[in-house]
Amino acid sequence: MIEYIQNNYSEILTDLGQHIWLALVPVVLGVIFALPVGYLAVRRGWLYQPIVNLGGVLYSIPSLALFLIMPAILGTGTLSPLNIVVSLAVYTFALLTRTVADALLSVQGQATQAAEAMGFRPFRQLLQVELPMALPVMLAGVRVATVANISLVSVGALIGVGGLGALFTRGLQLGFMEPIIVGIVLSVLLAAVCDIAIVLLQRRLTPWDRVATR
Amino acid sequence: MITFDAVTKAFPGGTVAVDNLSIELPTGQITVFVGPSGCGKTTSLRMINRLIEPTSGTISIDGEDVTKQDAAVLRRKIGYVIQHAGLFPHRTVQDNIATVPLLNGVNKKQARENAVELLGRVGLDASMATRYPAQLSGGQQQRVGVARALAADPPVMLMDEPFSAVDPIVRDGLQKEFLRLQAEVGKTIAFVTHDIDEAIKLGDTVAVFREGGHLAQVGTPQELLDDPADDFVADFVGRDRGFRGLSFVTAEGLEVEPVQTYVDGVRGVRLLLDDAGRPRGWTVNGSDDVRAITGTFTKQDSLRLVTDLAISSPAGVAVRVDGDGVADGAATHASIADHLADARRESAG
Ligand SMILES: Nc1ncnc2c1ncn2[C@@H]1O[C@H](COP(=O)(O)OP(=O)(O)O)[C@@H](O)[C@H]1O
Ligand SMILES: [Mg+2]
Repeated sequence: MIEYIQNNYSEILTDLGQHIWLALVPVVLGVIFALPVGYLAVRRGWLYQPIVNLGGVLYSIPSLALFLIMPAILGTGTLSPLNIVVSLAVYTFALLTRTVADALLSVQGQATQAAEAMGFRPFRQLLQVELPMALPVMLAGVRVATVANISLVSVGALIGVGGLGALFTRGLQLGFMEPIIVGIVLSVLLAAVCDIAIVLLQRRLTPWDRVATR
Repeated sequence: MITFDAVTKAFPGGTVAVDNLSIELPTGQITVFVGPSGCGKTTSLRMINRLIEPTSGTISIDGEDVTKQDAAVLRRKIGYVIQHAGLFPHRTVQDNIATVPLLNGVNKKQARENAVELLGRVGLDASMATRYPAQLSGGQQQRVGVARALAADPPVMLMDEPFSAVDPIVRDGLQKEFLRLQAEVGKTIAFVTHDIDEAIKLGDTVAVFREGGHLAQVGTPQELLDDPADDFVADFVGRDRGFRGLSFVTAEGLEVEPVQTYVDGVRGVRLLLDDAGRPRGWTVNGSDDVRAITGTFTKQDSLRLVTDLAISSPAGVAVRVDGDGVADGAATHASIADHLADARRESAG
């Protein structure tokens, strides 16, 4: 085992590096798109249901199928990492639009009413009142999406781009257990580290939330 | 002055919450909107800062139609306090208070200094400044809500049942401090409540609303108690309005008996004084048990307090004290009744 790691050290690191950005770039993209669309679903009430339904449909597409049809949609090559990035961004978006919309709805109440009455204009109110108050719920959604992405990247190995997933296919082809174990351990560790990082970020950003639940 | 001129609000769906309301709220005074739930008080209040737009009629502040002004700019000149304070949970107390100054472009450091100063004025310790609202009691949150509404020194304040959600003892304290604060700042205040006691206690003018946003009567608290316009008002003001009316008569000129009479004892009840002559309590039938004195009054206090003290003391008298707390007389039921009769004759003639 140790011997395997020593011999394939740089390859494993490359796989891990690829895994990280294949999983995390889509989180960032998904958030960027989910925020305005989620907000729209709240501002224009009649759009809420269609948007939530669309998210549900997108999320139910099997990942492998999405990876396979992406080249046809994007005009990319089959081996392009873009296929994975865009697919996972779609999942993140699908998951987070509803989270963003529900989080923004859940903070409507005394405080937002007071904000309006004190003379906030809508955009500033969104930035300074609604978004901060909705942050705990939204970050919980980001945690789920991040961990889901980290596990989904490996599926990409079936179409040739899959970060740590490459270790699984290699192990299967060569009949070795070692790469498979290394792949599993690293991908679980990565998920745990990202999860903890988001929790720490949340603590920094929302000190008031801990006070409230104590 | 805030002027409602024939203001009507019909909500989509047909509810007429406010029907042809005309009323003036004098500058620098507290005008209370009181009435049963659902009679259009909140709707009327929220039309002043344009959270709700009237269906017809105009509302103006110092002659300027509110609907002609930019809503956000207008609102920054109008303090707003609501039932559960509506503080921002994600902002510290000082940043909550600094909200409107920050919207107005005051720099953060100055806005915060100002906020800490305001904390003192609403009776909170400066150490609260860096806490979050979740770390405060309901009464403390309400004080912060008042401080936040005052922060930009707006000429007008709207208060919607600000003290209704706190328990009666805390409410009493908040009301007293509110009156003390208002004596300093002299804002033009529209105050909504469903509690007639609160209305009478706080209002310079009280507007009694009835179902459908109709005004049943507008007047001073005393006018409402002495001369209700109709059965609805009489009923709403309540059966004990005679007792409430005692709030408006002071003990100035009230006949008292010498303290010594009660120190010597009347029907077995004796008043105990300390060495300085301040009342300590009562003893009954020579027992060693001292019943603590429930309270004393001065010439400035209301006849309502004097009556309450007289009823609740074992000797049936209320003890009057001078500025140093030294007992200087005792008021009996008979002298209270005489004083009240005199006051009535005076106000009638
Ligand atoms: N946004 C609204 N849409 C429809 N009806 C409303 C709305 N707000 C208030 N109402 C109705 O208007 C009437 C007056 O309400 P409100 O002003 O809140 O009364 P109050 O503050 O005196 O209890 C009630 O019948 C209430 O149901
Ligand atoms: Mg109301």
